[in-house]
Amino acid sequence: MEELTFTPEIKPPSTKKDPKRWLKDNLFSNWYNTLLTLLAIVLLYFLFKGVYTWVFTQAKWEVIPPNLRKLSVGKFPKDQLWRVGQVIYVLAVLMGLSAGIWKGLNQQITSAVACVGAVIALLPIQVNTSLREAAIIATTLIAVSYVLGRDLQNLKRWVIIGWVLMFPWMMFMLHGFGENSISTILWGGLLLTLILAVVGIVACFPIGILLALGRRSQLPAIRWISIAYIEVVRGMPLVTILFMGSLMLPIFMPGDFRPDKVIRAMIVLTLFSAAYMAENVRGGLQAVPRGQYEAAQAVGLAYPQTMTFIVLPQALRSVIPTIVGQFIALFKDTSLVSIIALTEVLGTADEILGDPKWTGYQPELYVFIAVIYFIFTFAMSHVSQIVEAELGVGKH
Amino acid sequence: MTENVTTENVTNDPIIVCEDVHKWFDDFHVLKGITTSFKKGEKAVICGPSGSGKSTFIRTINRLEEHQRGTIIVDGIELTNDLRNINLIRQEVGMVFQQFNLFPHLSNIKNITLGPMKVRKLSKRQAEEDALALLERMGIADQAYKYPSEVSGGQQQRVAIARALAMEPKIMLFDEPTSALDPEMISEVLDVMRELAHSGMTMLVVTHEMGFAREVADRVMFFDEGVVVEEAAPADFFDNPQHDRTKLFISQTLQH
Ligand SMILES: Nc1ncnc2c1ncn2[C@@H]1O[C@H](COP(=O)(O)OP(=O)(O)OP(=O)(O)O)[C@@H](O)[C@H]1O
Ligand SMILES: [Mg+2]
Repeated sequence: MEELTFTPEIKPPSTKKDPKRWLKDNLFSNWYNTLLTLLAIVLLYFLFKGVYTWVFTQAKWEVIPPNLRKLSVGKFPKDQLWRVGQVIYVLAVLMGLSAGIWKGLNQQITSAVACVGAVIALLPIQVNTSLREAAIIATTLIAVSYVLGRDLQNLKRWVIIGWVLMFPWMMFMLHGFGENSISTILWGGLLLTLILAVVGIVACFPIGILLALGRRSQLPAIRWISIAYIEVVRGMPLVTILFMGSLMLPIFMPGDFRPDKVIRAMIVLTLFSAAYMAENVRGGLQAVPRGQYEAAQAVGLAYPQTMTFIVLPQALRSVIPTIVGQFIALFKDTSLVSIIALTEVLGTADEILGDPKWTGYQPELYVFIAVIYFIFTFAMSHVSQIVEAELGVGKH
Repeated sequence: MTENVTTENVTNDPIIVCEDVHKWFDDFHVLKGITTSFKKGEKAVICGPSGSGKSTFIRTINRLEEHQRGTIIVDGIELTNDLRNINLIRQEVGMVFQQFNLFPHLSNIKNITLGPMKVRKLSKRQAEEDALALLERMGIADQAYKYPSEVSGGQQQRVAIARALAMEPKIMLFDEPTSALDPEMISEVLDVMRELAHSGMTMLVVTHEMGFAREVADRVMFFDEGVVVEEAAPADFFDNPQHDRTKLFISQTLQH
């Protein structure tokens, strides 16, 4: 009998390269690559030099600190700011607990928010103490309740109830009641931007899913209503719908019924994004093969179960990047509410610039706002990448 | 002669009764009046040329396809548009597909426990215990926590069989369960099916595995153009076919 010879196991070749080798392989592999690299270096040098000089020697940042409160909360009365603080702190505790209890996705979102909080807490500019204080307290609350949440699994139900009550409580808290109540007209700045964006994102998601399912429904009435809704809304610019929602809707409303302006903006933003969400979700639904429905039916799952456990998880996974892209678009679209005289963060900036004292400070103020937008949108796309990795998208 | 090992399990009560079953896809007449019945514990192998309506027929039995004329009664329940009936029957009829159709976003064990937990309302612990026992029976207990894409085709098909069995069905439908498999994996799936046959399960199997048919089947049915051309015990069917079309088909399939 022939003797078996064993091939010895060897380690795969190392893919790590030393930096010199990497430079040569990637940047200087041949003459035109070398030329491009040098060109890029020169360009980058001038770019950085320009930015550096402007940011550190020319820009008149003194416009920011005195206006920071306005940019944060608009005309919200100073002596009522504790209300905003309460909302933020409760939100921080809820997020921390959720991250501790459920881990996973909650953890990613919460840590992204905590990072934003930490950035604000550490802003390298002179900030009125209350903002920095609030950021520090919120970040700490997130951390503490996260640690606690890990050992408090039986709190699950209460945290869910907390989230459900969060929205009405926030509206109530910010608005107050009686003589001290604060008209939503005074809400503004980043506070309004975030409220509109978060409410829009959270609410448009389920509505979009329902519309997508409706568009594929066997029942003609539901299908036609869904199609009509999606196509009509997608056929109109957001500005038009905001305008109609704000100015024309009250004309059709019976009697004195006048939904609050901010609420109207929330509804319009939600319904607008829901139409786009529906089309994104539909794209995902089309990617789920028929065999998945059949296998689900064959084990006896009813339609709602088939959708919830089999079809939607697969459909949504495949369109995460599109959905997050849409959330980011919605976040930026909130700036359009200035058309109906709500002053979110960008509108606040315009208001500040209208003050003769601050004319000529456009570049500084707009750059500052751009950085704020960037921090939030970057956090969003970062979370989406982590979510994708976590769910193993593209792997299984 | 092949000894038929399973006859002792077959009783005389029919569990599936089909009366003059017709099915059209638009104008295309796929099933042209199928009348037959299957007894409890019976193993029927269905064969026939491509496009003859084999898949369509077994899919009418758990109503993945709707028949348009005639009656189908499964375990005393007639298949109508009544959703309650359909869901009852789907719990009693397991199905295994040619392409496995496992849920790719769930691990193997979750593929198996989903039905029992959501439909039979078992506790998570009970469902997992049952699932692990089934995977053990399929010989792949060590693959429980992997995802379908991380195991071989033969293993995937065995997970799919376990998924169907987890609902504790009275009837199992197999639609070409080995056709998508590499040759070396076919036998591991057939082994599992053979074991299932011995346990007394009622089985309707669409397959071209004639060795399996000879060994396990109580009856072989030959479909062509939407009708049952011939049906007989495997020995008679293979050694003494009556119809020309059957003879032609057998000679063609046995050639390769
Ligand atoms: N959903 C459908 N819509 C229209 N025609 C269909 C549909 N499903 C099957 N058919 C047609 O019905 C006929 C029978 O199909 P069926 O799948 O039952 O055949 P089969 O005997 O299983 O064949 P195969 O061995 O290729 O699987 C085929 O001609 C097929 O093209
Ligand atoms: Mg077929």
